[in-house]
Formats: sequence, structure tokens, C-alpha cells
Amino acid sequence: MERKHAIFPARVGIIFLTPAILFVIVFLLYPFVRVFLLSFTNQTLLGTTAPNPEFVGLDNYRHLFNPDRWMRLGEFGSALKITTQFVVGSALIGQAGMGMLIAWAFYRKRGVLREVVFTLVILAWIIPETVVAFTWVAFLDWEFGTLNSVLETVGLGRPDWLFERPLQSIILFNSWRGTAFSMLLFSGALETIPPSYVETAEVVGATAWQKFRDIFFPLLRGHILTDLILITLWTFNVFTPFLLTGGGPAKRTEVVSIYTYRTAFMGRHEFGKGSSIAVVMMLINLGLALIYLASIRRRRAT
Amino acid sequence: MSRSKFLTLLLVTVLALGALNIGLVQAQEPVKVTITCRCVVGGVNHNLAVWLTTFTIPTFEEAMAAQGTPIDVELVEFGGGDEQLKEQYALDLSVGSGYDIISFDGFWVPEFVGAGLLKPLAEVVGPEVNDWEGWGHISDGIQAILSYQGERYGIPAGTDVRQIFYRKDLFEQAGIALPWQPTSWEEVLDTARTLKEAGIETPLQVNAGTAMGEATTMQGYFMVLLGAGHHLYDFDDGKWIIKSQGILDTLNFYKTVYVDEGLGDARMQLLQDGRNRSFVGFRDGQIAMLVEGDWFWRSVIAPGSETAVENRNEVVGWAMMPAKEPGAGYRGQDFVSISGGTGWLINPNTPHPKEAWAFLSYMSSRDQVRAFELMQPRISFRDDVEVAGDPVMTAMANALLQYSTVRPMLPEYPLISTEIQLMTERVVSGEMSPEEAMDAFAEAVTEIAGADNVKTLE
Repeated sequence: MERKHAIFPARVGIIFLTPAILFVIVFLLYPFVRVFLLSFTNQTLLGTTAPNPEFVGLDNYRHLFNPDRWMRLGEFGSALKITTQFVVGSALIGQAGMGMLIAWAFYRKRGVLREVVFTLVILAWIIPETVVAFTWVAFLDWEFGTLNSVLETVGLGRPDWLFERPLQSIILFNSWRGTAFSMLLFSGALETIPPSYVETAEVVGATAWQKFRDIFFPLLRGHILTDLILITLWTFNVFTPFLLTGGGPAKRTEVVSIYTYRTAFMGRHEFGKGSSIAVVMMLINLGLALIYLASIRRRRAT
Repeated sequence: MSRSKFLTLLLVTVLALGALNIGLVQAQEPVKVTITCRCVVGGVNHNLAVWLTTFTIPTFEEAMAAQGTPIDVELVEFGGGDEQLKEQYALDLSVGSGYDIISFDGFWVPEFVGAGLLKPLAEVVGPEVNDWEGWGHISDGIQAILSYQGERYGIPAGTDVRQIFYRKDLFEQAGIALPWQPTSWEEVLDTARTLKEAGIETPLQVNAGTAMGEATTMQGYFMVLLGAGHHLYDFDDGKWIIKSQGILDTLNFYKTVYVDEGLGDARMQLLQDGRNRSFVGFRDGQIAMLVEGDWFWRSVIAPGSETAVENRNEVVGWAMMPAKEPGAGYRGQDFVSISGGTGWLINPNTPHPKEAWAFLSYMSSRDQVRAFELMQPRISFRDDVEVAGDPVMTAMANALLQYSTVRPMLPEYPLISTEIQLMTERVVSGEMSPEEAMDAFAEAVTEIAGADNVKTLE
């Protein structure tokens, strides 16, 4: 009677698991191994290295990290730097900051305004990418854009957004695009704080900032960490800026995902080089995911 | 009639009708052939799409049906850019699919053949392609557009030349004497300065940057470099020229135009849809001089196009691109130009190579080509079809074909062309000085072609 609690014998369990395991092998493990192996070759889609790829050892990686030029616009180091600025600006400051601000502003409030704001923010999050990108190109256009029409009317000039401030433009765009996730997460988390804490604080005359610093922040620390790590992971890999700027002008908005695309899927389609970028990206993502998992574990423990 | 007899009769009738019906279907079921090009009715290469859908395809289908071998031809319009079309082909062909007849830029051929994605025409269709009457009317130079290592891969559709287009109305406004034909770079720049002083927004646009792709290399860089005295490639010893005074002069020309004096609009060269912006700018009279291929004349600003220039023949003039100084150009020339060419290939993955060839050879026949010529006069690929009814096009061909050269047909070329676009982008955006940009170019080309296949001109 050792398997008193098992509904099925172990063998049946394995059968049930097989589809999932096969799925993981075919769609995750196999591509991963293949990309890893490809990254040591000069495989391309066009040209003579397409039918006869050669093993090139660590050449692709050396190329990525070539200290003489990796910080040049359009090279890997520059792409990493731009990606970091993009993540910090749009995810950590833009999305998380805005999300927190909105959640905080409507804490324990009900009413039409809250519904309208939440609906709009969520709408920005769920509209398909290409549609959103198209409207933003129209919004930011130098000559005919809505934004510049408004700015000019109030006497703020006519900045050439996608040309003179391309990085700021995509940061602004992505903040607008993804605030919903942080907003929902934070407003959900705020609900879990017992109202008595806040009421007590109000009785003793705490300011809004004091309430935030001493009640909300300590209680929400875990949620904030989860949010930051998740949106960092997503933003790190996001490709939508391509639809706005194509990585330009002059590669000044070329984030790593665009750099990978340009290497592996344009021109000669250099799969070998592209794979080496993918491997490095995978390691970075793995690092972020480990931090995320560790933080969850620590939260459970406490 | 007894009931059983009636039923038998009914059965026989039905069977007979059924058999007849099957027979009819078999005789009438046409073979489907697809053809694709960067052409859209009412959009890019409008005339090409119209010619195919309203003339060539219907008459071909009719003729085939009359012969009892019906073929249905379907045009699949592609509205994206050339680089995107190339991407599409690379992906289609690499997985063994794609449309049956595909329009192709000649300089893509070596890269695709090297990758094993294309096969010679005679191999795809059969040796009978060599008996086609048309070959006798296509010069070797034009056949070379879609040939590689002695094999024909498709039928060319034509060739082109490049020059400066200018707006006579803006020139008159600035008090510049017409007709205008500069004989040195300095004269081109001086004219641009005069236009600038007269308040013209963008006097001169010479293509640069990666966003414009091959248009940068052909209409921009080559047109300046050839005037500086040499080609990108030395055809005699088979080496790429990676450093020279000519390259520096070329980059300094760009620097003068875009960085130092603002004679051109760098923004247009660096943004995504810059080439279209340049077309619109020329149409709206913001750009006074634009270096472009004859495609610009016969398709982009031609009547019916969305960027058509009103009264094109009165308003738009053209001039040959001068060398830096008279006699200082490539091969000692006073003026320079470069030609490319496109055409049609048969997809090696097609299930119907014979039918595809039947259509391709039909659309390349004299009558069909002449019909297109009447819609859009251009430099024809057939020597028995003349440029029809456009004296400007005829004059451009007569003046420039003698000065023109071509790109090296080598698998490395597209990669090196990308490096050229990057080099000009770095100068035009102010990221690098001409010297730094040339050094970075030299380094990249050496990596692509190998140190034995590059050289520096002292």
C-alpha cells in the first residue's frame, strides 16, 4: 500500500507528461542547441558560406567583443549601451514609475476618472504592435505630426523627434505602451495593504510621502522587485522600436534585438553571427531570470 | 417504359454526362503560373503592373487557351522596398518555395547562386531555352545582367543610366542659365550655393546612408567616386580598392554637401523612408538637383505616378554628372554614369517550369516589349525595340551609355555595398570624419574579401 495517494501509477504519469516533454525538446531544447552550435560557424543564407559553412571557433564572439570597435554605432557594444538606456528609461523609470504613480493616485478611490484612466492605459497595452507603431509615427512626424502641431500652437517649437531625439522618442513610446502591467500589478498589491495601517498613519498626521516611504514601500518591496525584473526582461528583448525608427537614424536607436535582426535576417542573413548574439542574449536573460527566481524564493522564505 | 428500364437509362445518362464532364474538366483545367515583382497598380512601377495585368497576361491566356493548353497567370504585387523583396526571395527560395517567375536585380544573382538557391535557366526549364529567338536580339552586355559564370539565369528586362535631374523653374528663380551642364564638382557645388542663396531649401541631394540601400551605392557613392577617378573594384587585377585619394575626395564631397554647407538635407538620407521623401521633395519643388537613375524620370515623376511632376517635360531638366575636373573621371572621362539592370528568373522550385518559360518568353517577345515601350519608354533590352516617343529618354541613353560602367558581378559585392552605405552614413551624420570612415571601410572590406583581394591606391 505504498502508493496509497497516487491516482495513477508512475508509468501513466510519464505518458501524460510525454507531450509536454516532447514539446519542450522540439521547440526549446533543440533550437537552443542548434543556435549554440551555429554560433561557432560562419553559416549564412546567401553566398558561398550558405551550402558550405565552416567551423570558425570563437570568431563570432571575438567579432562581437572586438575592443577596437564594439562601441561604434551599429556594433554590439553600442547596441547593448542603447538597450540599457532604453530599459532604464522606458521600463524602470517610465513604466514602473508611471504605473506606481497611477496606482498610488487612485488608491482606495472609485469613480469614472479611475475607470477612464485605467481603460486608456490598458488599451495602449493591448492594441497590436504594428497599429500602435503606425499611430506613433504619425504622432511624432516632424511636418505633419499631431504632437508637433500641439507644441507649435502653444509656442514650444517643432522638434524633429525621430531625427534629433530618436532614443527619447522610443523611450517615451515604450513607457506609454507598457505602463499597464506595472499599474495593474501595483494597484493589485496596494489592495492587500490593511486599511488600518493607513488610517492609523493619517490619525497621527503623516504626510503622503511619509505614508509612501514607511508603509507602502516596505510592504510592496517584493512586488516592486518582481515588476522591475519582469519588465526589464521584456524590454530587453522588445523589437517594436524597429517599427518606429528602423534602428536609425545612423543606428542611434539600434537596440540589441534590432542588431540581431539586422545581422541574421537582412543582407546576407548571417546566421552564425546572429546565433552568437542570441547566445549572449540568452545568457543575459538567464541571469535576469535567476535573479527573479531567487527574489521569489526569498520572499516565500520571509 | 418499365421502372427498371427507366432507372437504367437514367444511370447511363448520368454516367455519360459525368464522363463527359470529367473529360471537359481535364481539357480545361489550366496550369497556374504565378509571377511577382515590385509593382503595384497605382503604386510603385505602376506601368509594369498595368502592362502585365491588362495586356500581357490576357493575350497570353487567350493564345494558350486557343492552343488547347490553357495557362492561368497570376500577378502577385509586392509593394515593399527592394531590400525587403530580396529578403523575401532569400527566405522563399531557401525553403524550396516562392512564386514561379520572379523579378530580380542582376547584382543579387552571384550571392544567390553561391548559396545554391538558383539554377541556370537551361537546367530549370530544359535546353530548349537556348533556342529562343530573343537571345539573338539581346546584346552580350545586357545578357550579362542576369548571367553568372557563363550561365544564363533569366531574361533581362532592361538597363539604365544615371544623371543629375534638376528643376528648371528653381534654376530660373535663382538666375542660373539654362540649359545647365556642369563640367566639374566645383561647378555643381557653386550652383547649389547660388540656389541656396536664392532661398531654395534643398539645392542638391546625393544619396547616402544605409536606409536607402543600393540606391545609396548606385545613385550616390558610385556617381561621385567614378568622377574622382576610379572604380570600386580593379577589374584588371581583381582587387577591391579600399583606400585612395579618390575615396577621400568622394567622402569630402558628401561632407561639403551635408555637413559643412548644408546644401543637401541629411535628414532625408538617414530616416527610414528617405528615398520617398526625396521623390516628394523633388515633386514639391523643395529639392532643386537630385542624382538619380532614369527610372526616376520614366516611372517616379512620370504622369500617373503619385510623385508625378506636373508638366514634367517643361519643368525637369537633366545633366550628365561631371568628373571632379574635366578628364579626371574613371578611365579619364569628363562625365560618369553607372548602369544596373533587372530582369526575370524562373524559380528553380516551380512545379511548372515549361509553362513559366512559355509566359516569360512570351512577355519578352518583340511585340510585348514594344507594347510596354509605348507605356513607358526606356532603354530596351532588345535591339529590335527602340525607345519610343520620349526624346528625353533617347537623349539620356545616347549621351550616357558610352560613359557608363557596371558593378562587379561577385558574391562579395552586396556585402561591400552595405559597407559603402555605412561609410557614407557615418560621414553624413557627422559621426566620423572622412578619414575615419575610410579606415573603418577598409577594415571591413578586408575582413569580407580577404587581405589578398584588396589594395590601396597611392
